[in-house]
Amino acid sequence: MSTGISIEHIGAPAGSDRGGPAQPLLTVNKLVKHFDLKKSFVETLVGGGKVVRAVDGVDFKIMKGETLGVVGESGCGKSTTARLLMHLIDPSAGEIVFNGETVGSPQLSLREYRRQVQMVFQDSYSSLNPRLTIQDSIAFGPQVHGVPKQEAVTRARSLLSRVGLEPRRFAGRYPHELSGGQRQRVNIARALACEPRLVILDEAVSALDKSVEAQVLNLLMDLKEEFGLTYLFISHDLHVVRYISDRVMVMYLGKVAETGPAEALFQEPHHPYTRALLSSMPSMDPDHRTEQAALAGDPPNPIDPPSGCRFHTRCPLAEAVCSQRVPILENRNQRETACLIHEPGSGHSLAGTAIHAS
Amino acid sequence: MNMTSTVAGIAPVPAAAEPVERSPGFWSGVVRKLMRDPVALGAGAVLLTLILMAIFAHQLVPSDPYATSMLKRLKPIGFEGFPLGSDELGRDMLSRLMLGTRLSLFMGITPVLIAFVIGSGVGILPGYAGGLVNTLIMRTIDILYAFPSVLLAIALSGALGAGIGNALLSLTIVFIPQIARVAESVTTQVRGRDYVEAARASGASPFTIVRVHVLGNVLGPIFVFATSLIAVSMILASGLSFLGLGVRPPEPEWGLMLNTLRTAIYTQPWVAALPGVMIFITSISFNLLSDSLRSAMDVKS
Amino acid sequence: MIFYLLRRIVYTIPIMIGVAFFCFLLVHISPGDPLVSILPPDASIELQQQLMKLYGFDRPWYEQFAHWFWRALHGDLGTSIASGRSVSTEVMRAVGNTLMLSCMATLIGFLFGSLFGFVAGYFRDSWVDRVASALSVLGVSVPHYWLGMVLVIIFSSQLMWLPATGAGPGGSGEWAWDWAHVQFMVLPAITMSVIPMGIIARTVRALVADILAQEFVVGLRAKGLTDLGIFLHVVKNAAPTALAVMGLQLGYLLGGSILIETVFSWPGTGFLLNSAIFQRDMPLLQGTILVLATFFVVLNLMVDVLQTTLDPRIQRS
Repeated sequence: MSTGISIEHIGAPAGSDRGGPAQPLLTVNKLVKHFDLKKSFVETLVGGGKVVRAVDGVDFKIMKGETLGVVGESGCGKSTTARLLMHLIDPSAGEIVFNGETVGSPQLSLREYRRQVQMVFQDSYSSLNPRLTIQDSIAFGPQVHGVPKQEAVTRARSLLSRVGLEPRRFAGRYPHELSGGQRQRVNIARALACEPRLVILDEAVSALDKSVEAQVLNLLMDLKEEFGLTYLFISHDLHVVRYISDRVMVMYLGKVAETGPAEALFQEPHHPYTRALLSSMPSMDPDHRTEQAALAGDPPNPIDPPSGCRFHTRCPLAEAVCSQRVPILENRNQRETACLIHEPGSGHSLAGTAIHAS
Repeated sequence: MNMTSTVAGIAPVPAAAEPVERSPGFWSGVVRKLMRDPVALGAGAVLLTLILMAIFAHQLVPSDPYATSMLKRLKPIGFEGFPLGSDELGRDMLSRLMLGTRLSLFMGITPVLIAFVIGSGVGILPGYAGGLVNTLIMRTIDILYAFPSVLLAIALSGALGAGIGNALLSLTIVFIPQIARVAESVTTQVRGRDYVEAARASGASPFTIVRVHVLGNVLGPIFVFATSLIAVSMILASGLSFLGLGVRPPEPEWGLMLNTLRTAIYTQPWVAALPGVMIFITSISFNLLSDSLRSAMDVKS
Repeated sequence: MIFYLLRRIVYTIPIMIGVAFFCFLLVHISPGDPLVSILPPDASIELQQQLMKLYGFDRPWYEQFAHWFWRALHGDLGTSIASGRSVSTEVMRAVGNTLMLSCMATLIGFLFGSLFGFVAGYFRDSWVDRVASALSVLGVSVPHYWLGMVLVIIFSSQLMWLPATGAGPGGSGEWAWDWAHVQFMVLPAITMSVIPMGIIARTVRALVADILAQEFVVGLRAKGLTDLGIFLHVVKNAAPTALAVMGLQLGYLLGGSILIETVFSWPGTGFLLNSAIFQRDMPLLQGTILVLATFFVVLNLMVDVLQTTLDPRIQRS
């Protein structure tokens, strides 16, 4: 998974495009985040102590202009990955390459990277400062990056208009005077104010009513086209992810289970986990109702994840080898699947036999 | 909310200089609520009177608060020329109580004010920085917190010796840990909010984040807590003077006046009790105003 | 929970060392040479040198502290300048009197505070509630040393029902639980009880109102549970917190009794402190403060431990 940074690009102004559309906008290599558990007194004395393996070696790419959807049960590391990408928390290991430059390198400072990557949070209320007016909240980001106050406020007002909130009425209001949907529009405007290239949407529409959710989704799609944005769209709602994403990444217990183009992945899931996850999705069409049992029970504890393939404790196709051998995430025809069944010669009895029946 | 994705440019975008509809800010809302609260208005009126009395004491007093008279010692309330009686040295009680407002209010309010400034700083910075700095500062504060406030105040001013400056210093040291603890816990809460995360994500420096996003949201609750300490401070400051550790004679201060009149409780009991009435009224007013402020600002205790 | 308790107990050790260090510093922040402040004014050169060596003022401060702390751990708090007796003896005798008074005051405060708070919380927003709330504001606002004076004026100077000062008919001699002695305790105990009363009333009122507003209580009522049953339920749920507040208040009273003990000449630690301050008896001041602060820290620890044991729902980090 080399990113192929070529020497001649070093020193080019940040924000310029590298390597054309085939060059991923964001490449994540072996990203790891382990949280220390609060140590007890004895553990402090003897050393050691346990860690939560929230994100445990994640690799993926986001292509320019695409929407990558991320799905998985709660606790699978979706949100931690988002926070790692924003550098809100420091990774334990791994690197993030943005537009051909490693984040934090002399070529791409954290500050410059942060201007180009923005985030929309789930809780629309808690993500706006209650003491600032809407326009001040939106204008804050550009001002941090040196835009004069007047210009930042003008930009804030035009963005408000762009996200469907009339500036004359809303610019001087405070967050508590707005509805959830309106606040989330403000948060989107705030994220766009720094003119980012990548926007991370962490459950950004999950807390909204269904009708409002649809409006905000449509707004997001319009904005993406207009500003040439790239989205990382995190959600537990499979319908929404299918609707908005070009590609989808499925995570399980801090690891990537499967990635692939949205339609292909939803039509024909490769990984047994994806299949289980999709079968839990209620379908409108009676012909497509699956008889397969949905996922039973809760995911295992990320403090002490299962050996081998992490899904083997809940996988209907698990064999002895699954608890011993860690599957490798490999690219085959646009699809990546970390499953021994898809790994020829892995020792699994179904290995190599492409099971595409859903 | 029936607009789907509005196309850009449909709503006119006013330039930054143009006025837009503005909602009243947080503080004007608080003032409006206080103005509608009869308890707050009453307590505020009492305090305003006391403050005016303190400022213009020298112009207002009916007679010289320092003039002693051996013949007219410990006269009862209503005695001719002494509307509230006279003290053990024959000085006019009314005048002394009025002039006493000065030092008493000063001694009660100043320590809380200084502790508010220092305690906020000491609490907000580690609260935002977290980590080792936070642990170090807060553990040091825990040690001062391990003393009941009266004991701490008396230990410090007892060791430092009597005097206004030492009493103020002791009381300030008593209140700093209390305010710092509140400041730290409020800041820790605010630090975890998404808007602070969003500000960090936009690349703002910690200093800018604290200035724009943290201060505005933590100073209110810290201030409310500080106002609730003023009543305690009034009682403690007068208490130090009552023990002879604060203001020194012949300056009039309510706690000190209580002390010197203690021996008179068998001869002129009601005159002797008067300075305490003043302390009581002041501390009730501060308590009521602080309670009203708390509910007007909707701060959870 | 065991781990929490262990950690909580271990955590008290650095706090205690810090508290001891603060008390150690008291002698050093007092104006003038620390040696002078612990010497009687008419000290001979011989005594000066003897004390100099004993306290080790010629050595660096951390050695001095270690030395002082070590002796304090063994119960040796130095010698009182004024009386010439050992500080520990003086303090221990006074602590008994203060404890007796504080416990009595806490008990009165707890009984009446809970009563007011309970009634106010049970009949929330009625006139009873407003009267009780007003009383509790008065209780936390009153300068208690002045209240003591007023009580003396009313009950001793005017009505002559109760003695004004002291701890017994024969001065501060042997205490006994008969009326001849107990009558001396009535006024100071009532005065002192006002401080925790207001706070306990506020706490209990909030607790009771909270518990009654909870859905399961509404459910119990709907199921036809009698008022007595609901009352018992509220008491059971409010008791741990109310008792914890009472424990902490006892700690505050132990440390804060100085003003009231001064008003009533009650021969406790506060009275001791007062005389230590005016005779500039620094070893006595230092020792008394150390003992009182230790009481407070240990009481805090006990309240925490008891509360965790009684109410395992309380999650602590």
